[in-house]
Amino acid sequence: MSTDCVSVTIDGCTIEVPKGTTIIEAAKQAGVLVPHYCYHPSLPSPAVCRMCLVEVEKAPKLLPACVTAVADGQVVHVHSPSAEKARESVLEFLLINHPLDCPICDQAGECELQDYVFYEGRSGTRYGDYPKRFNPVEVFGPDVLYVPNRCILCTRCVRFMDSVADAPVLNVSERGDRAFIGIDPDHALDHPWAGNVVDLCPVGSLISQDFLHKARAWDLDTTASICSGCSQGCNVMIDTRDDVVVRIRPRANLEVNRHFMCDHGRMHYRWMNRGDRTEAPLVREGDRLRATDWETALEHLAKSLGDAGPDVVLLASANVSTEGLGLLKRLVGDTALATTVLVPSGPEEPLVGIPDLALRAERVANASGARLLGYDTDWKAATGNLSRAKRVVLVDLPLDAELQRLLDESHARVVVLGTVDESWSEAVDLVLPMSSLVEEDGTFINRDGRVQRFQAAKGAPGMARPAWWVAAAAWARHAPDRTAEETAAEAFLTVASQVPSLDGITHGTLGFGGRRVVAAGAVG
Amino acid sequence: MGYPHPIHSSETPVLSTHFGDAPARTVAGWQERGGYAALKAALAMAPTEIIDTVKASGLRGRGGAGFPTGLKWSFMPTGDGKPHYLVCNADESEPGTFKDREIMRWTPHALIEGCAIASYAIGAEQCYIYIRGEFTEPWSIMEAAVAEAYAEGVLGDHAMGSKHRIDMVLHRGAGAYICGEETALMNSLEGKRGNPRIKPPFPAQAGLFGRPTTINNVETLAAVPHILTRGAEWYAGLCAGNKKSTGTKLISVCGHVMKPGNYELTMGTAMSELIFDMCGGMRPGRTLKAVIPGGSSVPILNAAEADTCILDYEGVVEAGSMLGSGGMIVMDDSTDMVYEIYRLAKFYAHESCAQCTQCREGTAWTTKILARILAGKGTVEDLDLLLDLADNMTGKTICVLSDSCAAPVVSGIKKFRNEFDDYLTAKKAPVLVGI
Repeated sequence: MSTDCVSVTIDGCTIEVPKGTTIIEAAKQAGVLVPHYCYHPSLPSPAVCRMCLVEVEKAPKLLPACVTAVADGQVVHVHSPSAEKARESVLEFLLINHPLDCPICDQAGECELQDYVFYEGRSGTRYGDYPKRFNPVEVFGPDVLYVPNRCILCTRCVRFMDSVADAPVLNVSERGDRAFIGIDPDHALDHPWAGNVVDLCPVGSLISQDFLHKARAWDLDTTASICSGCSQGCNVMIDTRDDVVVRIRPRANLEVNRHFMCDHGRMHYRWMNRGDRTEAPLVREGDRLRATDWETALEHLAKSLGDAGPDVVLLASANVSTEGLGLLKRLVGDTALATTVLVPSGPEEPLVGIPDLALRAERVANASGARLLGYDTDWKAATGNLSRAKRVVLVDLPLDAELQRLLDESHARVVVLGTVDESWSEAVDLVLPMSSLVEEDGTFINRDGRVQRFQAAKGAPGMARPAWWVAAAAWARHAPDRTAEETAAEAFLTVASQVPSLDGITHGTLGFGGRRVVAAGAVG
Repeated sequence: MGYPHPIHSSETPVLSTHFGDAPARTVAGWQERGGYAALKAALAMAPTEIIDTVKASGLRGRGGAGFPTGLKWSFMPTGDGKPHYLVCNADESEPGTFKDREIMRWTPHALIEGCAIASYAIGAEQCYIYIRGEFTEPWSIMEAAVAEAYAEGVLGDHAMGSKHRIDMVLHRGAGAYICGEETALMNSLEGKRGNPRIKPPFPAQAGLFGRPTTINNVETLAAVPHILTRGAEWYAGLCAGNKKSTGTKLISVCGHVMKPGNYELTMGTAMSELIFDMCGGMRPGRTLKAVIPGGSSVPILNAAEADTCILDYEGVVEAGSMLGSGGMIVMDDSTDMVYEIYRLAKFYAHESCAQCTQCREGTAWTTKILARILAGKGTVEDLDLLLDLADNMTGKTICVLSDSCAAPVVSGIKKFRNEFDDYLTAKKAPVLVGI
């Protein structure tokens, strides 16, 4: 045993953990859940809920597992009669003033009070017919509602705003059983990261107005994904109900976003449910675009690019997956006039309590991936090339007035890979329906050079296909010896084999924690 | 002297010698009465010498816990290069206790001198005195005394003309009982909500502003100059009972005795002597029913236990309670014990800081059950419930406020069960209505 480690036995399981580890964290490693409310691994521990009291042999009293460091040779009992009685009593105390309104509470199904009462609580009440504490619902900020009657005063929200967001607008007001979470009367809970208090709240006391009564937790399908709101690459979970995205929550990744995400990313999901999608390939026939099948469309694409030779400009969104960008680049070839991604920007909003976590100025997810693959980000230079181009390939770009004007001025014919149906101009020859990033598997590379996977959270509409699939299929048509990639994982292998820093990495080895492949700043 | 009653012949006046003696409130007056000689001597001693003297005197914390004072001082690190702080806990809010108030009212310089000696002994140049918000008169007296001490050179950059800096700041609380708990007091001093902190770290490691801090009660600090002047042996000799309890203790007696007030006793004096001799006994025609010996937080003693109780740390524990702060509440046979316990529980429910679940919810729930019993709507099961709640509230929280609410409930039901039964069986008419 190393001198920096201690050996501890928790519920019969002996493990070695680094010195200074708390019992609650050591217990996790021993596979034992110590029920808790106020403890959160990304917040300071006040040990106030008293839920995590455990029995430690030779200690005169039960000890709070969240603040007690393990000692060598310690024997801890999480499920001894005295510890269980203490927890049962905490649950009883918490419930005497907690309304039993689970049927109308958004938290039901993912509520830690519900869960622990189910595991270890009493089946009946001893409180009798005393009235419960009542306070009216309060609007704390643009999205956050406070339902004080459900509050168990764990103070996670207060501590988040104090020590993580450094915007101390919440407090505990009043004393005794009259206590509630108060808000500074001169401020609202409108910090760019304030939405995290909703995730932190273990019960349904702080809830999102955006999600209010939208779905029950048990009706949701949850998918691991990456936020596309900026280049930070926060790990997220996308919750869908019947193929409609209803909520985005942070997914813990201690090396990227810990347990948090910003409100920009959280609210950045309505576009995922757009109904005005382009659902079938369209080819130009005289003055109109006619729906066709993929075979015909791919034939047109291959021919169109073949005719243009090197006079091609590829303009793409930097929210296209690494797989898509890589195979598109292969499709247009190294001789293309320009391969450029659009990188919109906005003000940076840091979460000061967590190092290296901010809503970044680059408001797209894969600009670093694009740079690594040799894409340019100089939009002006790229659009300057349009006059010389015979073909322009647009990938998932909004066709705004400026871009429309540039296309009109050039004499190039345009091929569109898009998600949204637009009124296509005369210049557009071919429209290929593309799946959005929530409808496909793929990877992004964040600003720190970290490759991270995302998965399809919902089905793509109609005949829409991932960009990498379109690029692979069209590329294979150029020569009989070429074989198109058939999965995102295969597409990634192809791309990785062309980029030294990605060599040897596969979707399988990446898992869902991601891996840093280039030094921070190298591609940022 | 003596205030409000003349000093009784069985008392041992040390701290209370000058109670009622208004001229002792000035620096000159205090010096005429022998004051500030101890501070002068102390500043010429090595800090460890002072700590050893206090250790030898056997002085123990007078705020309630009875922790040996010299030992507490010796926990302060030396040579750590960090600022140290001395905090004087003058937030005397324990129901039934009013001894620190008298020390500050009559002998403010005794406290200032004690604080200055202690500051020097623990390596602190800064001392904070946290005074209970409701103490308006002691506040203004202390404020004037500290100002004069600065003006006379007792405090400041060269305390008593020495090369040592001793600064003293008075801070007035805002009226929360919990701020008398030492870690809550430090939070309050730092400008935060007065919530008790988790220990460890203990104040001697990371206290006020995260620095090594010693926190002592007013009475403890006021005794220090006397120990230095008259010697540890003299102080240790003031002992009529267990050898571990030395010196004198101010007992604040209130309730149904003829002469309530502060009485300064040699440790080990019998409680019966205090009540029946010094305090003039019970009111005419009444008999003793119960005593809460150490402020409202300790278990209640019945008459028989009170009769044989010896007033020192060990003696009161033997009788089944604690010496606590020395706030003694004496109750005669006219007292309704159920109502008394209800009143105590209501106090704790009101003062709970709301951090720990058991305390926040348990104190209020306990109060509701007791109110229901007093309203004639209680059941026998309510007593079992009260005892189970008390068990769930004891030893499970950050500070002992929750335990303090549980202690009178448990001892009350155990010792005065018949009075609860009278309400439960409707033998006694309800005293609370509308519950």
